[in-house]
Formats: sequence, C-alpha cells, structure tokens
Amino acid sequence: MKKHVKLWNRITSLTFAGVILGMTTMIVQPPMQVNAAEDVITLRVCNWEEYIDEGGWDEEELIDLDNGMNIIGENSMVEDFEDWYYETYGKKVKVEYSCFGTNEELYSQLTLGDTYDLVCPSDYLIMKLMTEGWLEPFSDEFMDETGEYNYYAKGVSPYIRQVFDENEIDGVPWSEYASCYMWGTTGVLYNPEYMTKEEVSSWAVFDNPKFKRQLTLKDNVRDTYFAVLGYLKSQELCDESFLNQEDYQQQLAEIMNDVSPETISEVGRLLQKMMGNIYALETDSGKADMITGKIVANYQWSGDAVYAMDQAEEDDVYLAYAYPKECSNLWFDGWVMLKKGINEDAEKKHAAEAFVNFLARPDNAVRNMYYIGYTSSIAGGADDTVYSYLNWCYEADDEAEEVVEYPLGYFFSGDDADKDYIVSADAEMLDRQLGAQYPSKDVIERTAIMGFFDETETKNINQMWIDARCFNIKDVPVYAWVIVIFMIAVVVILIAVHKKNHL
Amino acid sequence: MKGIHFTRKQLAIPYGLFLTCFVAVPLLVIIYYAFTNGDGHFSLANLIQFFTSPNTIGTLCYSFAIAIVTTLVCLVLGYPIAYILARSNFRSKSVLILMFVMPMWINFTLRITALKEILTAIEGNLAYYPFFNSVIGMTYDFLPFMLLPMYTTICKLDNSLMEAAADLGASPLQVFLKVTLPLSVPGIISGVTMVFLPAMTNYVVLDMLYNSTYIMGSLIGSYFSAYDWHNGSMIALVLLVLILIFTLMTERFTDDSADSRGGALL
Repeated sequence: MKKHVKLWNRITSLTFAGVILGMTTMIVQPPMQVNAAEDVITLRVCNWEEYIDEGGWDEEELIDLDNGMNIIGENSMVEDFEDWYYETYGKKVKVEYSCFGTNEELYSQLTLGDTYDLVCPSDYLIMKLMTEGWLEPFSDEFMDETGEYNYYAKGVSPYIRQVFDENEIDGVPWSEYASCYMWGTTGVLYNPEYMTKEEVSSWAVFDNPKFKRQLTLKDNVRDTYFAVLGYLKSQELCDESFLNQEDYQQQLAEIMNDVSPETISEVGRLLQKMMGNIYALETDSGKADMITGKIVANYQWSGDAVYAMDQAEEDDVYLAYAYPKECSNLWFDGWVMLKKGINEDAEKKHAAEAFVNFLARPDNAVRNMYYIGYTSSIAGGADDTVYSYLNWCYEADDEAEEVVEYPLGYFFSGDDADKDYIVSADAEMLDRQLGAQYPSKDVIERTAIMGFFDETETKNINQMWIDARCFNIKDVPVYAWVIVIFMIAVVVILIAVHKKNHL
Repeated sequence: MKGIHFTRKQLAIPYGLFLTCFVAVPLLVIIYYAFTNGDGHFSLANLIQFFTSPNTIGTLCYSFAIAIVTTLVCLVLGYPIAYILARSNFRSKSVLILMFVMPMWINFTLRITALKEILTAIEGNLAYYPFFNSVIGMTYDFLPFMLLPMYTTICKLDNSLMEAAADLGASPLQVFLKVTLPLSVPGIISGVTMVFLPAMTNYVVLDMLYNSTYIMGSLIGSYFSAYDWHNGSMIALVLLVLILIFTLMTERFTDDSADSRGGALL
C-alpha cells in the first residue's frame, strides 16, 4: 500500500498547498506574538470528539462532594492543563488539540502522515499500533507511584491496571505503551415500558419479531459483528459446562474473536435476516429515537447509554440498560504516545505524560466523567474523590423504594468484598445509569475484549458487512425491475420514433 | 483612458486551474484506483467483480428504480410549476419565484430532519416504506434542480410562436402539445440529467432520513470507509460511464428539437 499512500500524500498536500496559498493571500494576518518559540513546548493531541471537559459549566452544576471537594469546569480542560503545567513545571506548553471520529479514521490519518504526539485510540487500535511499532513507551518516571504528580500511577483502578498488565502483544503488556482513559461495555439500551427484562436478556432481542422495525444496531462493523456473533453462538455460550470450565474467560474471548471465513459467512447470513427485523443501523440517531419512542431498543455503548438515560429523564422517559447473558464487549480507550511525534524530544514526552497525569487527577477525572458520561479508568487510590462522586450520583435518597448494596470493590480497591466500597443504591439504578457506568463483577466476568484483525480478516469482514446491506439480485422487489425495464423500453421507443420522424 | 484587457485565454485561467485541480486530477486518481489492486498492479478484478456480484447488480437495479421514479415525480411536479412561473404576469412572478427558492436557503440537513419527522407522523414507522421514503426524500431535495432549467427554457420561449399557432386555429391544448412542450425539451433534458445521477448516488439524504436503504452511493461510501479505494473507484467509474451513455442518448433529443426550432423559424 505504500505507493498509494505516497500518491495520496502528494495529492492532499498539493490541494492543501493551494488552499493555504489562497487563504494567506486573502486574509491579512494579524501580527503574531512570538514569545521565543523555543521556550514553548507544542503538544499535538488528538482525541475523540466530545471526549473531554470543554468547560463553561453553569454555577448550579457545581459538584459538592462529601469529602469537601467542590468541582466545577470553568475553563476547558486543555486550558487548565496549560496553566497547571506552567505553574508546576515553570514551562510553557501549547496544546494543539484536534479530534477524530473513528479509530479507522485516526489510523488512516496516521498512515497518511499526520503527526500527533498523544492520541487516544481504542484497545484494538492500540494493539495494532503496538504490533506495528508506532508507539513510544511511557517512562519509568511515569509509572512511579511515589511521584507527587503521578496521578495516573497512583489513581488508576486496580482492575484496569490488571487488564493493562495482563494483556500482552508479543510478550509486552499494554501498560508499557498505553494508559487507560475511559472504559466501558456494550449492551442494550431499552425502554422498559415496552420490553421486559427477560426479553432483553439475550442478543436474540434484535431478532425478536415482536419488536419488528423498532430496534437498531450500530452502523459499525465491529460492534454489530460482536452482537450477531453473540446471538449466533448463544447456545454454546450459555451452556452450563461452558460457563463452568476453568479457562472460561479465555474460551469466551476466543469465541468472540472468531473471524474464520465460515463464521463470518454465518454471521453475514444471520445479519441479513436481522436486517429485515430491525429499524436501521445508526451511530448517533439512536439516542434521540429512543427518547421519542420511534424505537424501543438500541444497541449502545455504555457511556452513550448513560447520556441517553440522563437526557430521557429530562423528558420524563425512563430508559434502562441491559447486558445480554451471552457476553458483552469490554472496551478501553487509552492514551498512547507516537514515536514519530515525540521524536525523542524529552521535554515533549514529559509534557505528554503530564497531560495524561493531569487528566488522571481525581477532580479532573470527575469533571470529564460528568461532562461526557463515560467511565474514567481512575479510581483515585488514596484519594476518595471519585468514589465520593459515585455516591453523589447514585447513593439512594429517602424516596428510594428499595435500597440495595452494590459492591464495587473490584474496581476501587481490587477486592470485591471490600466493605469500604459498597454503594447503597436505589435498586432500579442497577439497571440504569449506575449499572451502565460501573458494571458489577458478574457482568465483567462475562465480557470479552475484541482484538484487531489482520488484513485478510478485515477484508472478509468488511465484504460481509457490505454484502449484508446490499440488495441481492434475488431480493430486488419486482416493482423495481418493472420500473427499470419499462423505462428502458420507453427511452428506446422514444429514440426510435424520433429517428423515424426526422429521417 | 485605456482599460484593462484580458484575452479569452487569460480569462479561462482561473477556471482551467480549478478544473485541473478538482476535476481532472481526482478523475485520474479514480481511474488509477479502479484499474489497480491492493499491490498497485494493473487489474481488471474490480471490473469483473462489479458485473458478476449479484449484490452490486441488485443494488444497481434498485438505485435505478429510485432514480427513475424520483426523476419522473420531479418532472410531473416541476413542469407545471415551471410553466406557471414562467408564463404568469410580471408582478406576482418575483413573489412566486421567491416562494419556490426560499426553502432552498434553509440548510438541507435541517430540511431532511423536518421531513423525517413529518413522514414519521404520517407513516408511523419509516422502516416499512423504504422505497416510498427514498423517493420522497430525493424529490424534496432535488426538485429545484429540475425546476430551474425548465423555468429558464420556458421563459425564453418566443411568445409569438404560441400566438401564431393559436391564430392558425390550434386549441390551447394543441398549442401546448405541439409548440410549447417540444420547445421546452432542452430544459426538461437538462433537468432530468441534473436529477437522475444524484438521485442514484446521493445517499446522505437516505442516511439522514432512515439509514437502511442501500443505493449505489452507499455502496461506494461503504467501500471507501473500509479503505478499499479500488472497488469504490470502479463503481464510481462504471456509474460515470452509465451516465455518459445516458447523456449521449438524451443529446439526440436536444439536437432534434434544435432542428425543429430552426424549422419553425423558417
């Protein structure tokens, strides 16, 4: 592919050169302040869209936690970082912040030659970038838990730390190259008014004719593949003997990462059948359609589900989030540094690591969680801000009908029996925001991470994805054929008549 | 005083540059990709895949059906309006035109979203009527492209021809069928060309309306988002050729009507 990349590069740079030339001649540039360029470290960060606190909160939005912390986002996180870095290290840093929409888009930007210092891809892209040698390892200093400003090393959840240490690429743990930012699961956002918990407890819900044309899957091949595969293998996955085997988790991960040609074509067939039952494939419109009631269930990422449930509440619609019994997808988004961007510049690397640490500071983690709805990887360590925030959000008040104890020790201290981390929550919250944001240990045990696929696998799976949505020649409705043939006939006759008349 | 003079060649430079950068070069890139495989070697595999895949042909047929019906609906809706606009008296004309052009000033994203809500209110569930919805969405979006060329052509028609026909005893219907309609064929043709191709490929409208109707544009989009430039380019190229054939065919009508207009003038 290298050749094409070069060609593309040349074409894009040519066009850009043209555009920039045009712009500079048109716009009279204001006098730029050059404060001794060498002293300013430029940090190029590329993150998901709307994936960081952009500030500008109202005063009522102040989060006053029981531990005495008052948290509010006045400025954007990026501006706060620049100020903090100057105050802490006495050096100026300028963050050039940009966004990407999908992992594939980010990867293609990188291969086309865009350079960033710090990016935030998902697990499978991190694995791919690691394999292909794109990444700069985090320094030993960053990992040091005793450092005053090493908020990430001190605060990251023991559970996340374990995942990032245990998952390896060619014998190297993820944690050497990546630090987790947000994490979550996929599940089904549903409207309990129309659908029982029982009905939504399996991926089969998307093939249930009772809800014909009222369901949506994701317009994203990986996510939808996972759901359909879970449905396809439902029997096997729910089998007692399968569940009770010793290496259950490993077996599960293997099945959910099965991309053999046979499995792909089986998934394709099943998906094609399901396409006749669902309303549409969506990426963003599902949330709004749930609230307006166009659809009753929506395959959703946990963080977006939290956001949708919050929004729906404002309209007095109560939605819930369910984990299908077969398996759900566990995912992570993590910060990685790029070799090409950092370019062995120690100052830059320091700034990049400081940026990760700044986001991991418990109060900032809370700000981001509040703003975007996803779950931060930060538990806080010795600092109880994140846990206080959890209680601030979900601790049952006096009006709660039923209060349950919800243990989250596995996330906060590594021990699920830890008495310090049991939330007394309103029972219905378990199926709603709380359950979506912090899944219970049982749910976590039934999750699998989806790895990256090699070139042929990707090709096969993409072709399946296209074929499943195309109109097969057999499925084209008769009226479409009639229209086309009729029209061709009409045109031919018209031409013939014209010729005859004018000869 | 001597003014600034440009030769014709000089005047053509800006557009020539634009054409080279944004039309010719991309087209060459498309052709390059269409006839190469992943390794950059010449290959006809993409072309063969296009015509042998039942999925591509099925989608092509469905897109054709949508485009044909959209074009016919636009024509049936647009012609009378263009006629009324062009033939009405001067004072109310500008108001009328304004009324038809005004919706075009609203961003199309917004218009389609509004349309989605209206259709949902009428149908209950959009997913049951994909063909109907696609045609409505496309018509809504492309009607102005049909309307304006026809309007311009009818405006330019020489009134004395109609008067002469009426004087010689033709009924209003005959005048319309024998004089006005044949003379407005060039406008109809350019309207049809401008609606037909986008109606076959503009999947953004359908995506926004209800994201599950798959047309040729969606197919190209899917290949591109899977970073398969080769198949995507080939599909785009085949569509281009199809449209080229279509345009060449319709050109006969335009030539003929030019002839007949010449005859009428004699």
